[in-house]
Amino acid sequence: MLSIKNLHVSIDGKEILKGINLEIKPGEVHAIMGPNGAGKSTLAAVLAGRDLYEVTEGEITFQGKNLLEMAPEDRAKEGIFLGFQYPIEIPGVSTVNFMKTAVNEHRKHKGLEPLKASDFLKLMRDKKALVEIDSKLTNRSVNEGFSGGEKKKNEIFQMAMLEPKLAVLDETDSGLDIDALRVVANGVNKLKTADSSTIVITHYQRLLDYIVPDIVHVLYNGRIVKTAGKELALELEEKGYDWIKDENKK
Amino acid sequence: MADINTINKDFADLFNQGKQLLMEGSSEIMNENRSKAFQDFERLGVPTRANENYKYTNLIPAFDHPYNVNLRYLKVDVDLNEIFQCDVPELDTNMVLLTNGWFYGNNKQLLELPKGVIVCGVQEAAQKYPEIFNAHYGKYAKPGEDGIVALNTALAKDGLFIYVPKGVVVEKPIQVVNLLRSDRDLLATQRNLFVIEENAQAKIIVCDHTLTHHKYLSNSVTEINVAENAVFDLYTLQNQHLNSVILNSTFIRQDAHSNVLTNTISLYGGTIRNNHHVLLDAEYCENNTYGMYLMDHKQHVDNFTCIDHAKPNCVSNEHFKGVMDDEASGAFSGRINVRRDAQKTEAYQSNNNLLLSNEALINTKPQLVIDADDVKCSHGATVGQMDEDALFYLRARGIDEKEARQMLMFAFAHEIIEKIRVEALKERIDELVDKRLRGEISKCNTCAVACNH
Repeated sequence: MLSIKNLHVSIDGKEILKGINLEIKPGEVHAIMGPNGAGKSTLAAVLAGRDLYEVTEGEITFQGKNLLEMAPEDRAKEGIFLGFQYPIEIPGVSTVNFMKTAVNEHRKHKGLEPLKASDFLKLMRDKKALVEIDSKLTNRSVNEGFSGGEKKKNEIFQMAMLEPKLAVLDETDSGLDIDALRVVANGVNKLKTADSSTIVITHYQRLLDYIVPDIVHVLYNGRIVKTAGKELALELEEKGYDWIKDENKK
Repeated sequence: MADINTINKDFADLFNQGKQLLMEGSSEIMNENRSKAFQDFERLGVPTRANENYKYTNLIPAFDHPYNVNLRYLKVDVDLNEIFQCDVPELDTNMVLLTNGWFYGNNKQLLELPKGVIVCGVQEAAQKYPEIFNAHYGKYAKPGEDGIVALNTALAKDGLFIYVPKGVVVEKPIQVVNLLRSDRDLLATQRNLFVIEENAQAKIIVCDHTLTHHKYLSNSVTEINVAENAVFDLYTLQNQHLNSVILNSTFIRQDAHSNVLTNTISLYGGTIRNNHHVLLDAEYCENNTYGMYLMDHKQHVDNFTCIDHAKPNCVSNEHFKGVMDDEASGAFSGRINVRRDAQKTEAYQSNNNLLLSNEALINTKPQLVIDADDVKCSHGATVGQMDEDALFYLRARGIDEKEARQMLMFAFAHEIIEKIRVEALKERIDELVDKRLRGEISKCNTCAVACNH
């Protein structure tokens, strides 16, 4: 589904990612862990198409297409969803209007007619129930005045609306209390299909109790330095990241 | 190019030579004001950039042009009622037309106005209703302080007169359509007087339009007196072609417990200068002064506002927002006076600007003069670019860049539209602003509030 080969990325001339290789097959859940500043969020942003970052080398293909040539909106319509670490507040843009525009763009891309207003509202209701998001939140401007937990739930709600093939969840657990974490994780699990894949980016192991990964990678200093099964997450939780750092100094 | 002295001298000649025509048909009080104002004009002249209040708007190119001036009402060769027919049933208004500053002679009679409400031309009002007219005409505008107000008062012959008697509520908005329609370049002078009596209510929507492509300079002054406990709304939609200059001065006086909301929306026009003066002349007034400007090409807009808290316990809210693209330029000046005895004043002001290009320019100047010590006042001004993070967020959900920009611009502008207190008008303006921001309206030959012609 997703293939990253020798990806090098810089920002303002400083190299952040120094040759990433990653293969993700349909249906797989990958966790990317690592200490702060390792380049985890950079990788997520590059996948979604943020133009602050310069790809200096390497390639990314998504379902056989060259991802790096695509605008962010085209990547989204092809099925990539980025769950933001810091969802943006957009005063004056209603969540309803935002989602209606986005959903209809996705439908247009698939050659489908725009949803009728009544069908759209029904879809919203169903998805809100699925991810247990408070109805009031979607009546307001996008993320405006939301708490941290509400913002993250809203990300999962948007994911539910857009039904991506590949979800990239960037530190979706940061700042969440355990109840909100469960709601968010449940949402992600309910939305998972046999063909859809997930990349969970996290600093801590706790989220992975709820979203169980098939494969765990450790990103350190711009490179994937370790790849193993889900037991690696537990090991990291127990031992911290220092041993990874030490190993890579040698 | 003519210098300012030549321009001022040309007006002096016009006034002296046209004196007889100017006086003819005008009431005594208008002519008294006229003579005094002309002396003011001779002293002040057309304001130049040396005048601090006009620092950011150069009026010399606007005035340096051989305009025609109509000192008499000219019969219109077509039926403007036929040309303008409102086709939006949900925006049900009492519509009245003015042409080149004059009350249109063939206006349909407004049959649905409540008893006692008067809507007519200023000349007619001066003759038919002298007690009302003379009590208010020239009482609020300050020709001694601004050359273009002096010029208006010196040249004014007609305009719109609205009177709402004590206790009367005009439920349907009164829609005033100012048409500039000429076969020659034209200087139009318009003088309006609105009198809203005690406990009365009215909402007025003013639409400014150019119907032909000639160069226009429109210099209008509106005086408004809002008596005790009255509620008054004034919505102004400015939509002219790029070759036009709009000078629009409004003077509002409010009495105790009155509530006024104005919203000045500049959609299109070559050069626009709005002077907005509010005098809170008794206790417990509420004033809401809002405005929005959407400028591109080389358009220029300058909103000069002054809210004068003369008495204690009044509240004023002022908010102007602008979206500037291409080489558009603009200015906002917000003066708030809180006089010495105006304790417990609350005065809030903000001005936010979105610059879409590197060449667009805005000068914003809050100016608070506070002589009382127990007040709540705040002001804020921002000038910024499109929020790239928000743009990326929308795009990351599949919305293309153009549409995402549109959504953000619209959201920015919508805050001002939201303040409109006429639901149907709010929806119309939403649509109109959306179209304007998409570049689908360049100039508007049809009425901004969806009148067909």
